[in-house]
Amino acid sequence: MIVLENTPSAVLVLAVGVLCGTGVYLLLERPLTRILLGFILISNGVNLMLLVAGGRAGASPIVGSSDEPMSDPLAQAMTLTAIVITLGLTAFILALAYRSWQLHGHDEVADDVEDRRVARHAALNAPAYEDADADETGQTLDEEAAAVHDDVAGDEAPGEEAPGDDTSDVTTPGEAR
Amino acid sequence: MSWIPAAWGPETLVPLPVLVPLFAAGLTLALHRYANVQRTISVAALVASTLASVGLVLAADAGPVVVDVGGWAAPVGIALVADRLAALMLTVSGVMLLCVLLYSLGQGVPENEAETVDEARVGGAIPVAIFHPTYLVLAAGVSNAFLTGDLFNLYVGFEILLAASAVLLTLGGTAERVRAGSVYLIVALASSVLFLSAIALIYAATGTVNMAQLAVRLPEIDDTVRVALQLLLLLAFGIKAAVFPLSFWLPDSYPTAPAPVTAVFAGLLTKVGVYSILRTQTLIFPDSPVVDQILLVVALATMVIGILGAVAQNDVKRLLSFTLVSHIGFMIFGIALASEAGTAAAIFYVVHHISVQTALFLVVGLVEWRGGSTSLDRLGGLAKLAPLLAVLFFVPALNLAGIPPLSGFLGKVGLLTEGVRIGTPLAWALVVGSVATSLLTLYAVVKAWNKAFWQTAPAEIPEHAPMPRTMVWPAAALVTFGLSLTVVAGPLYGYADRSAATTMDGYTYIEAVYPGGSDRGTGQSADVTDAQTEGGDGP
Repeated sequence: MIVLENTPSAVLVLAVGVLCGTGVYLLLERPLTRILLGFILISNGVNLMLLVAGGRAGASPIVGSSDEPMSDPLAQAMTLTAIVITLGLTAFILALAYRSWQLHGHDEVADDVEDRRVARHAALNAPAYEDADADETGQTLDEEAAAVHDDVAGDEAPGEEAPGDDTSDVTTPGEAR
Repeated sequence: MSWIPAAWGPETLVPLPVLVPLFAAGLTLALHRYANVQRTISVAALVASTLASVGLVLAADAGPVVVDVGGWAAPVGIALVADRLAALMLTVSGVMLLCVLLYSLGQGVPENEAETVDEARVGGAIPVAIFHPTYLVLAAGVSNAFLTGDLFNLYVGFEILLAASAVLLTLGGTAERVRAGSVYLIVALASSVLFLSAIALIYAATGTVNMAQLAVRLPEIDDTVRVALQLLLLLAFGIKAAVFPLSFWLPDSYPTAPAPVTAVFAGLLTKVGVYSILRTQTLIFPDSPVVDQILLVVALATMVIGILGAVAQNDVKRLLSFTLVSHIGFMIFGIALASEAGTAAAIFYVVHHISVQTALFLVVGLVEWRGGSTSLDRLGGLAKLAPLLAVLFFVPALNLAGIPPLSGFLGKVGLLTEGVRIGTPLAWALVVGSVATSLLTLYAVVKAWNKAFWQTAPAEIPEHAPMPRTMVWPAAALVTFGLSLTVVAGPLYGYADRSAATTMDGYTYIEAVYPGGSDRGTGQSADVTDAQTEGGDGP
């Protein structure tokens, strides 16, 4: 019979907490790259948690039928799987961030269209439920949503940007820098 | 010795809905240069996996069909379990995936996507080449989530379908889709991370991730810990299922995708979440009255707030996305009643809703194709221009609202009857809420119907070639499928009843997967099983 030492190490538990806490903070940021970093940190924290759940480290995972103490192989297998999945999704977010930067010159997650609609509604203090209100600012809700972001044009009203700027020429931002 | 039974029994069918689409995905990726070969393979793969699912429905009626992947029996290996519920979900989703695939072939995803790609100045026909493989991977992920008997494998299924859906959502990489895709992906990732931490904590508490074994072990752990674990799981699944406070992401991300993609997402992805909630509540954590109360409140909020959102919308796609959120509430209502009849009604409702919601989104795709827009301010007069389209929209719309004698009505009657029978104040509140939601759904879809089909067109609707038949008939087939659910409602409801009975008693499932902890298997190593069981017991 094999009994594992299961009391988790305080250091590891603390590490899980710090990784997840920092990750959540970053996840609440707006640029995709920071969100990505947050996601990576949380994933690492959770992977570590899986390992901690499998008991103390130190022994080899599979030792056949001898009485030697062994680590839990299942927790390690699950962690490995989770790492691979994280890798794939990280690559996808990076691609998404790059594409967003190609299109807009920044990688901030754009506003919800509905949010923009509410904002526009408040600003005009008039019903804004028709898409016809694109005439009033010259932008569709989608363009307006994409134009709102923190870093680059924070003080610029969305309406002042030429509507074509952010979509017409996708290569401009890249070449400009 | 071999895990393939000597006689080709129903066990052979169990892995097929996962394996066939995955294998076909690889093939279509390798053959991306030959569009026709790609199409043939995709259709053939989905037909095959749907047929396998139908076989499973018949086989599972006699008892759950279990396969140990890799020959390792339940507690160590991963079990694939096709009980009545899983088989039923597989079949409906298979039919739906097939119809949508045929529709997308008819739509000519190639031409459409090539256009957006050109605009975005990304070279070549890449999205076309990746549509089929991604779609098949999505199918495999959904099947895996339905079939798995292992919590971690459920996570893997979720991730497979998440990755595939993120790719489908951002096809072509236009600004609009990148925006929608980012929101969708981040929310989905947050839910996955929550799910994974729930798995880690459950593993720490019980030493297993096999659902049948969890059902045996969880009652032995501390009550408060158990409730915390349950809530964590429900939180993760609630985001997937778009249950009220966690549903904000859905109406903003679905409508921007191409019509067939939106249809699949609306029909299937949230239902995978609902299915997981159903499994959690019936198998892993049965008898949890407090959480059931919470779920009832959540169901009420989902219904009412969702449908109020729909009423306020002026774009058909967004309107339908909100009704989707709202009707998730009905399913949660059935699950939260925690009775056999309630669960049966929820299962019937899920089947009905998958077919109806998908059909509606496909038809709206046709409306957009014909009318050039989905905004109700720009559409009009379509009833004259395309009478067939009007019928195709009208039937599932009424079905969604629950007009008798359609299947939506039957599902709602089942839910309401059980709600009345239980008769607590909260259950009554939900009964009233359901009726109000149904009426408001009727109002919302009739508004869309009036504006799109009957009002004088505000702007000239451009003349068009007639709608491609290859797009119309898959949509029509799905509408007919929804109608046929009404015709076969008796047997179907009976089947849902029996599924509910087996899911609720738990015993059947546990006995099939993990008979009292004894070795069942073929080709398993008893040594490792013992070590695993004892090793995990500690915490």
